[in-house]
Amino acid sequence: MRNLKTWFPVRSGVVSRVVGYVRAVDGVDLTIREGETLGLVGESGCGKSTLGRTILRLVEPTAGEVYFRGKNILRLRRAAMRRMRRQMAIIFQDPFASLDPRQTVSQILGEALDIHGLAPSGRRRKERISELLDLVGLSPDLARRYPHEFSGGQRQRIGIARALAVDPTFIVCDEPISALDVSIQAQIINLLEQLQEKFRLTYLFIAHDLSVVKHISDRIAVMYVGKVVEVSPAKDLYGAPKHPYTSSLLSAIPIPDPRLERRRERIILKGDVASPVDPPSGCRFRTRCFKAQPRCAETEPPLDTVDLGEHQAACFYPM
Amino acid sequence: MAFAHLLEVDNLQTHLKLRDGTIRAVDGVSFTVDAGETLGIVGESGSGKSMTALSIMRLLPRAGDIIGGRVKFKDRVLTDLSEDEMEAVRGTEIAMIFQDPMTSLNPVYRTGWQVGEPLRIHQHVRARASVAAAVDLFKKVGIPDARRRVAQFPHMFSGGMRQRAMIAMGLSMSPSLLIADEPTTALDVTIQAQILDLLRTLNRDYGTATILITHNLGVVAGMCDRVIVMYAGRIVEQGRTEEVFMHPEHPYTWNLLHSLPRLDASEHQPLKPIVGSPPDMLKLPVGCKFQPRCGFAIARCGVEEPSLLRVREQLSRCWVTQGGTRLDGPNSGG
Repeated sequence: MRNLKTWFPVRSGVVSRVVGYVRAVDGVDLTIREGETLGLVGESGCGKSTLGRTILRLVEPTAGEVYFRGKNILRLRRAAMRRMRRQMAIIFQDPFASLDPRQTVSQILGEALDIHGLAPSGRRRKERISELLDLVGLSPDLARRYPHEFSGGQRQRIGIARALAVDPTFIVCDEPISALDVSIQAQIINLLEQLQEKFRLTYLFIAHDLSVVKHISDRIAVMYVGKVVEVSPAKDLYGAPKHPYTSSLLSAIPIPDPRLERRRERIILKGDVASPVDPPSGCRFRTRCFKAQPRCAETEPPLDTVDLGEHQAACFYPM
Repeated sequence: MAFAHLLEVDNLQTHLKLRDGTIRAVDGVSFTVDAGETLGIVGESGSGKSMTALSIMRLLPRAGDIIGGRVKFKDRVLTDLSEDEMEAVRGTEIAMIFQDPMTSLNPVYRTGWQVGEPLRIHQHVRARASVAAAVDLFKKVGIPDARRRVAQFPHMFSGGMRQRAMIAMGLSMSPSLLIADEPTTALDVTIQAQILDLLRTLNRDYGTATILITHNLGVVAGMCDRVIVMYAGRIVEQGRTEEVFMHPEHPYTWNLLHSLPRLDASEHQPLKPIVGSPPDMLKLPVGCKFQPRCGFAIARCGVEEPSLLRVREQLSRCWVTQGGTRLDGPNSGG
């Protein structure tokens, strides 16, 4: 991704005049390497989901470039994009809302196959559907059931099977476990990890829960109000965050260990997340930052302000 | 103080009538809360944790009914009070805050007016004085620019600010017990940290006892003196937070703790998930309700339901640990 921007117009009044823009994604440069999991974290409204959808062109960006295996997919025409889409898929947060309640599991999965003409004959199609269900740990006997007959965890498995139907190489996982009960989350995380290993998948794993992201990711990108503020190998981030936002985010996540929690130093931020409609000048985090200096309001720090090779952060006064 | 405990819940049973049948949402729950302490209730959706809280407050939905047991607060039996008497307890001596601060405030009234309402109703404070009191309450819960904020409507508040306003309203009558039902679940983590910090401060400075209901074990670890773990409408484990987290004596608790990815883990370890799905409350299994998902289960578990009994430092509803087995022993597989 190069300088990717996705702005949504804010309209007002009877003639729907555009009065401003929600700068959901506002100048993002990121690379996702083949076979890795890049975790994308940030709080609600930071633009992480929009970024995931923009990469797949489910949302058209305002500016910038997205290269997939060397090709700028934003320049592709409809037919070429359709062919490209076969290599990409998305898993959504809400397994209740993302499955059509009137379709059986077999129809849901079959639709994905039909769009790309992947299983023309009835027999091949049936085999493929059984195979997909088996891959996600569901019995092929369930193919004729409807989504409401499944539990939340099973529905998310169906969502994953649908993503796998096109045999993709790259999957955007958009908060895939946030809506699930705690006891089910680990099942889905393990399943995603197994599938990645089996099919050498590349994941963009979007979530607000840093402990889950840290577990599943090779590298992590932290977003704040439309910008990536820090990128780092997953194992380095917890021990040595550079951006003050990352360190406050880390310190805010409760750890299920009472002794540790009692000793932990917490950084409690003041105020609320800045508005993406009218973001602060300079560094967008400066309004809540405990290290902010006058310079932070004047100039926006680029992501390579702190540059440790694999680990970069957009901050003039890093931790 | 004349009474042994601030709150005593004794064998509480709450039924919920659904279209497909009646479920025992709370099935024989007993616990106590002492003045000034913080008790955590953890469990997944449907475990009965919220229904327990709503039963204490007698704010059950129409389909819900307390069919047995007793709730005693200070020297009064809440389950025996008339609706009017109960109304006088709510908001004055026991306050409750909910998960969703968006729907808990009335959108057409100014926030200061709403926060001052308990004072007008219960102490007959005049309108102007109630709003002035709201300014002080806003300051207490850390809402900046309180004088201007009390004149605003709820939609002008962010989620975190609304939850602060709800807490301010809850505190207006200086209750001795605050019940917080998933107070931070709808909030972002940095805002969650602010609200938890506020609850901690209030507990320390005013000695308000708190029941914190959550699905987040990390939140319990940082906030609670004692913890109750619920499953299928029952308490399956109860004890001091440190004991329960360090050496859980119920396989469900053990499994929950092992299935979570931890931020402070240094190595990538595969998670140990809990197999199966949360129970269908209409078709609960015979014997121990967790037994179909339990890696420690023995034959007896599928036949006879265990009681909640002392196992070392805490209480556990499990044949295996009651028989002396330690879950963290060399052969623990989960």
